[in-house]
Amino acid sequence: MSALFKARKVLGLCLKGCRSLSQLAELPETHQLLRQTCRDYADRELAPIAGRLDKEHVYPAKQIKELGEMGVMAIEVPEELGGAGMDYLAYSLVMEEISRGCASTGVVVSVNNSLYIGPVLKFGSEEQKKQWISPFTTGEKVGCFALSEPGNGSDAGAASTVARQEGEEWVLNGTKAWITNSWDASATVVFATTDKKLKHKGISAFLIPMPHPGLSLGKKEDKLGIRASSTANLILEDCRIPLSNMLGPRGAGFKIAMQTLDSGRIGIAAQALGIAQASLDCAVDYAHKRTAFGAPIGKLQAIQFKLADMAVAIESARLLTWKAALLRDGKKPFTKEAAMAKLAASEAATFCSHQVRKTAKIEKKGLIKAEILFKSISYFAF
Amino acid sequence: MPGRVLVGVKRVIDYAVKIRVKPDNSGVVTDGVKHSMNPFCEIAVEEAVKLKEKKLIKEVVAVSCGPQQSQETIRTALAMGADRGIHVEVSGKDYENLGPLQVSKILAALAKKEEAQLIILGKQAIDDDCNQTGQMTAALLDWPQGTFASEVSLEENQIKVVREIDGGLETIRINTPAVLTADLRLNTPRYATLPNIMKAKKKKIANVKPADLGVDLTSRLEVLRVDEPPQREAGMKVETVEDLVGKLKDAGKV
Repeated sequence: MSALFKARKVLGLCLKGCRSLSQLAELPETHQLLRQTCRDYADRELAPIAGRLDKEHVYPAKQIKELGEMGVMAIEVPEELGGAGMDYLAYSLVMEEISRGCASTGVVVSVNNSLYIGPVLKFGSEEQKKQWISPFTTGEKVGCFALSEPGNGSDAGAASTVARQEGEEWVLNGTKAWITNSWDASATVVFATTDKKLKHKGISAFLIPMPHPGLSLGKKEDKLGIRASSTANLILEDCRIPLSNMLGPRGAGFKIAMQTLDSGRIGIAAQALGIAQASLDCAVDYAHKRTAFGAPIGKLQAIQFKLADMAVAIESARLLTWKAALLRDGKKPFTKEAAMAKLAASEAATFCSHQVRKTAKIEKKGLIKAEILFKSISYFAF
Repeated sequence: MPGRVLVGVKRVIDYAVKIRVKPDNSGVVTDGVKHSMNPFCEIAVEEAVKLKEKKLIKEVVAVSCGPQQSQETIRTALAMGADRGIHVEVSGKDYENLGPLQVSKILAALAKKEEAQLIILGKQAIDDDCNQTGQMTAALLDWPQGTFASEVSLEENQIKVVREIDGGLETIRINTPAVLTADLRLNTPRYATLPNIMKAKKKKIANVKPADLGVDLTSRLEVLRVDEPPQREAGMKVETVEDLVGKLKDAGKV
C-alpha cells in the first residue's frame, strides 16, 4: 500500500519537474519527427483558435487546407494518389497531436482519413480511387461516412435506407443521422439496403458526391462540444447515382462498415488521447501557477496523486492505441485491441478533462480551455 | 549564380521552455529539457529551400555542430527541403565551450571544402544571443556579409539584401560568394510535409570531426557564473506628474 503511495508521489513530482515526458524514445526517428511537426502545428496554429472555433461553430477551412498540404488529410493514401504514404502508427500520432491542439479539427481529419478515404482505399476500384480519393487529399475537399440512422446506431444491420436499381442507376431513399462533416463535405459513403431479405448481408455501400440532386442536409446539431465540425442528418429522396458508384460488391456493405469502423476506432482513440493529454498539460500548468497556503498547489500530495493518476491513464491508453495501430500495420487482426484502445482512451480523456475542469478555476484562459476539453469529450464517451 | 548553399542550424532549448539556472550557477539546466531548431535557423533553412525551389541555387547543405542529438536538428532541416546534412561532432567539455569563434572557423573550413558559394545563418541563437557567427565566418573567409536580412534577391553575380537596422531598412548589394544572416521578417518557415519527413530519412548526413577540418576548439572565454535575471518587483502608482517626478528624484533616477 505504501509502495503504491510512494510510486504515485514520485510520478507526481517527476511530472512537475520535467514538463516534457520523453515518450518519444520508443518511436522510430521519422515518427518522432512527424509527431514533433504536428505538435508544433497544433501548438502554433490550432490551439490559439480552438476557443473561437468552439464559440462561433466555425469550420476551420484554412487549417484543413494547410493540413492537407502537409499530407495529414490522407495519411495512409499512397503517394501516387496524392497521400502521404505512411502507416497507421503515424496516423495515431498525428491524430493525437492535432486533437491536442483542437479536438474539433481532429474530428474533421479523422473522419476524412479513416471513415471516408479508408473504405474507398480498401474496397474501391482503381478508377474509384482516382475519382473519390485524389481530390480529397489536399484539404480542399473532405468526405463523410453515413451509416447511422435515426432508428439504428449500434444495430447497423437494420439499415432502413434502401437502394433499388432502375436501369443504369441506383435510387436511394432514407435518412441518415449524426453525420460528421456533413455540411462541409464534397462526397459521402452511404450504406443502404439492397436486398432486405438477406438482412445484414443485403446492405451495400455507395459513393455520392455532394451536393447532389436528391440529397439534402438537415439542420446542424448544436452540440455541446466538437463544434467546429458539423453534425447533421443526410436525407435521401429518390437520390439517383450511376451503377459505378457502388463501392465494393453488392451485399458487402455491412462488412465494409464494420472493418472501416475498426480502423476508425484507432483514430478515435488517438483523438481522445489528444484531449486527455491537453487536459493533463492544462492541469500541470495550473498546478504550477495556482498558489494556496503559500505555495503552488502542485506541491500538495492530493494534487500530485491526481496528476499521477491522469498520466498513468493516458500512457496506458496510448500504448494500447499504438499496439492496435502496429497490429493493423502488420496486417494482423486488431479489432479487439482497437476497441480496447478506444475504451481506455475515452475513459482516460473523460477522467482527465473532468479533473481539470474541477480544478482549473482561476485563469480565464485556463478556464475556457478546460471547458472546451470537458465539452469535447462528450462526443467520445456518452 | 551560387550553386551550393551551406545553412547552419543550431540545436537550442525550445523557445517555449521556462529556463532554469543550475543550482551551482555554472549554467542552465539542459537535461530532459525540450530542444528544437533555433527559430532564426529555421528562417535560414526556409530561405535556402525557397531559393532552390526558384532554381536559383542547386544544392542546400544543412550543417550543425554539436553532440549526437544535433542530428535531429539536421533531420528537421532535411524534412524542410535541404538536400543533405553535415554533422560536425562536438561533445562534452568542447561542446560546453563551443562559441561563435569555433563555429565560424568550422563553417569557413566547410565552405572551402564543399566549395559553397553562399552561407545562410540565423542572425543569432536564442540561447546565447551572440549575433557573431555570421560576421566572424565572413571575416575568416574574407567574404562580404549581408546581416539582419529581411529580403534577399539573387542577381547575376551579386546579391541584393535589405537589412533591418535601428534606423529602418538599408539596402545593399554584395558580391558572391557571401554570408547572409536571417532576421525575423525574412520569411515564414514551412511545416515539413509528411512525405518530406519520409524522404528525409533517405537523405545523407555526413559525420565530420573538427580535427579533420583543422579547427582548434579551445575557447578564449571562461564562463564564471550564470544567474537568473533579478526578480521583477512591484511598481507604484502615483496620482500626478509632479508626484512621479518627485519619486524619480528621490530614487536618484533624475
